[in-house]
Amino acid sequence: MNIIEFLSQPWPWYVAGPLIGLTVPILLIIGNKSFGISSNLRHICAACIPAKIPFFQYDWKKEAWNLFFVAGIIIGGFIGANFLSNPESIEVNQKLAEDLSAYGITNYQNIVPEDLFNWNALFSQRGFLLMVVGGFLVGFGTRYAGGCTSGHAIMGLSTLQWPSLIATICFMIGGFIMANLILPLILSL
Amino acid sequence: MTHQEINKPAPWWHYLKYVIVGIAFGIVFVKAEIISWFRIQEMFRLESFHMYGIIGSAVATGLISVLLIKKFNIKTLSGEEIKFHPKTFNKGQIYGGLLFGLGWAMTGACPGPLFAQIGTGATVITISLLSAIAGTWVYGYFREKLPH
Repeated sequence: MNIIEFLSQPWPWYVAGPLIGLTVPILLIIGNKSFGISSNLRHICAACIPAKIPFFQYDWKKEAWNLFFVAGIIIGGFIGANFLSNPESIEVNQKLAEDLSAYGITNYQNIVPEDLFNWNALFSQRGFLLMVVGGFLVGFGTRYAGGCTSGHAIMGLSTLQWPSLIATICFMIGGFIMANLILPLILSL
Repeated sequence: MTHQEINKPAPWWHYLKYVIVGIAFGIVFVKAEIISWFRIQEMFRLESFHMYGIIGSAVATGLISVLLIKKFNIKTLSGEEIKFHPKTFNKGQIYGGLLFGLGWAMTGACPGPLFAQIGTGATVITISLLSAIAGTWVYGYFREKLPH
């Protein structure tokens, strides 16, 4: 097995988790930056559509590192999917696969489910809700909460910030409600 | 360093190190399937340990790193004191947190994974990203009127 084949397998949690956790000290040591991704959405608003809103009136250029960081994430996604891709389908719990097949979701080839997220689906009720409304809630909620999974769940908990613990618990509650109670209704549209 | 030098924006190549960290991060996202909608559903349906293992071990690694930085008074590469920013509680963490959770389970992505998903070639996710930017803007617009 060569190195590319080795890296192409899906990585287990105990490899991925510590690598993600290491982002915290790396960003602190290379530039005194607190790990947190969602603030880039605010910087994009401040740079492109500030509209004299006080929340977007600040020197976003001072925080430009975050925009370079997400540019790297896009490139990393490209490398992961094109040069280190796993030839097998994504393996999921049998129970999930059975439930999803009832909604016509059967394609497990890509990392983003082809049956749900594609340009045609965008103009269906189901696709519009998942992509447009879902995206809006991600952007609105994360800023309202003052951070996302990186800023609160990883950086916040790593530095023992109790407001981050509350935010993380609320992220999980929202996710449980959506996945178990609301999503079945959306998927059957 | 003079006052003027501190305020001068860093040259663009100064930021390349963050691009490199981002690339490594994006690769982990894809290879551990963190950006897969299916993995997020498994997590919220309690059908897999995978995501809990990732978040738990990431927090443990971050926590130990921060403790070591504080204990040994580790400085940045350029010799600065490492600064931590305490977070203050407001009700936004509850309301916003719940709303973000709903969106997380719908899109299968947080703000970071949205960018990685686009990188994998799922171009339609640019619409979710634009919508997330719109959501951030609407929050900024109504900020004063929202309970915090």
